[in-house]
Amino acid sequence: MAAPLSSVSKTSAERLPFNTTSFQKKTRSKLISIPGTRPSVQNGQLLVSTGVTSLDYLLGGGLAVGTVLLIEEDRYDSYSRMILKYFLAEGVVCQHELFVAAAQDNPDDIIQELPAPILDDVAIHKPVEQPRLPCEPPDNLDAMNIAWRYQNLPKVQSALASSSRFGHYYDVSKTMEPEIRQAAKFHRFYLPEHLAQPSTTHSPMLESYSALLKSLQEVIHKEGFDLAAPMSKSRNILRVGLHSLGSTLWGDDLSCHDNPKHRHALTTFLYGLRALMRSSLSVAVVTVPSHLIQDRALMGSITRLCDNAIALESFKGSERETNPLYKDYHGLLHVHQVPHLNCLASQLPDHKDLAFKLKRKQFSIERLHLPPDLSETVSRVSRGELAGATSACGSGTSGTKHLDF
Amino acid sequence: MFTELNSILNASPDSFTQGEFILVSDRQSDASFLIHHFLSFYLRARCRVCFLGLVQSFCHYNAVGQRLGVSLTQAKEKGQLIFLEGLKESLSILIPHENNTEHQAMNFLRDPAVGLRSLYEFVRSGLTGSGSSEEGAEEWGPPVLLVDDLSVLLSLGVGTGAVLDFSHYCRATACSQLQGNMVMLVRCNGDEEEDGDEGSEWLLKGLSHQCSLALHVQGLPTGYCKDIHGQVEVCWRMRQGDGQHTQKKLFQYKVHDKGASFFARGTSSAVL
Repeated sequence: MAAPLSSVSKTSAERLPFNTTSFQKKTRSKLISIPGTRPSVQNGQLLVSTGVTSLDYLLGGGLAVGTVLLIEEDRYDSYSRMILKYFLAEGVVCQHELFVAAAQDNPDDIIQELPAPILDDVAIHKPVEQPRLPCEPPDNLDAMNIAWRYQNLPKVQSALASSSRFGHYYDVSKTMEPEIRQAAKFHRFYLPEHLAQPSTTHSPMLESYSALLKSLQEVIHKEGFDLAAPMSKSRNILRVGLHSLGSTLWGDDLSCHDNPKHRHALTTFLYGLRALMRSSLSVAVVTVPSHLIQDRALMGSITRLCDNAIALESFKGSERETNPLYKDYHGLLHVHQVPHLNCLASQLPDHKDLAFKLKRKQFSIERLHLPPDLSETVSRVSRGELAGATSACGSGTSGTKHLDF
Repeated sequence: MFTELNSILNASPDSFTQGEFILVSDRQSDASFLIHHFLSFYLRARCRVCFLGLVQSFCHYNAVGQRLGVSLTQAKEKGQLIFLEGLKESLSILIPHENNTEHQAMNFLRDPAVGLRSLYEFVRSGLTGSGSSEEGAEEWGPPVLLVDDLSVLLSLGVGTGAVLDFSHYCRATACSQLQGNMVMLVRCNGDEEEDGDEGSEWLLKGLSHQCSLALHVQGLPTGYCKDIHGQVEVCWRMRQGDGQHTQKKLFQYKVHDKGASFFARGTSSAVL
């Protein structure tokens, strides 16, 4: 976030006491002021969840408010669109405001396709219900009475996850219930409705992008997300989702020519977007069809103007789909950039060989590893040798294969 | 300010060579930590600093500066630091309104073809300190210009020639005329062999030719490592009598929370 946390005003939301125990963790109420956010352990940045728990972990706990996440789309835009929807659905559940812009699909359609949050897992903010904090344990049968400390621990270990829960799980096979959806405040920008009028300036930006930037700024000013604006009674987060920027439908020719006429249109827009994000309580996710853009150098400068950058590479339609090596996964995930924000050292991921898979209830990012070879035809000649080597390593002795007893 | 880098460069806030043009560049890595080093270095050396922060907000530089032990807000109030926050100034030009008082310095955004004259005017007035003649103003050392980063200008549509002109003018003013220093960051992408981004390659070559000290930051050639963030090639270009000779040294580095450590290749504490 552009401003220190102390400048964020407190909300009147009060912490309900835990109903399972009298022990309460001491919290600094000054920091926890907006539902669905938490300060970073590393540098005190205000973070929001992307809606995908393992992606949060990968990005160092979550998306910092005031930053832009760039997602390079996979070939059919199916998984990148999914992540965008997760991001928006998380906003609905946390009662953040949304801003959705698209040129291809109507933003209303995107909103209607949001995945359903898993209800028994988490306390949902129903409009009639008293507002609760997401970290409060739900009082259902699953709530642990004795080993309550373990309640919030993640159940799956193979996926990347941090020890504390942040964000929610979603069921992709169902769409979100209308009453939850309608409780969220939602701003839309559908390009065909904003007929472009020819501009008179020599600005390198396209009319479509300027109109988008202008409409975003209006929302930020009107709804009080501006950090410079006087403190209103409660502050909220604006989640901005921009779909398929740089595609031809936005009037951009990055993907049609080797030497595009509007070469600097998207980069200039992203510069303006960064300026807007830094000066407001908002966070943006931008998807770009990078496989259509031939110029890698241009893609590099687009990446550098965003804060986080990840790329999805799905196996759909490629020969890798049938490769037994990748049978457990749906695609590869590349981390291209991690943010340096208000700190010198950025949180780097442990390793860069990552793959993702989409299960019914969860989009998870895992460390890419080879599956065990269980087929009958595999040669077992070296099996004894291998076993000896591993046991030698395991017992901590020197790596000799011949052990004398 | 990283003390290890100071000893490599043989400089300290009390004594450093004047009239230097230091070029910081990176490729498949991030060299912005060096910009923070030079910012805190010259503020400690009590220089008058003109900072063009084009890619990040003032809060960011201030937060990092505090970790390195300098306060940018105080320096700004005292008149030691002249700060241009490119992001903030650009908004009023990118989203035009009827009644706004805009900064002239970012005028190139309106029409990149006109060049960076207005930005240079800002730099010149900042370095010469035209408005510092009032009573009781503190005296500051030689002027220093810092730019973070120059290659974003290319992304905003300014031509390579115009950026090279700008840097030449700045060098003439800061290094020759005022005997101060200048630090510029250029970011490239892709491999050197790949003829991808012509603009930033030309810019890097042009500036490498002009500079007196170059710090090239790169990712490790052997690939990603969590404990070694990359390598930095320090390249001195000295003019001595019969011509020019260059001296090169290569270090690996790791950026920490409050500084960075530099070590010879292969001597990281993670591998020894």
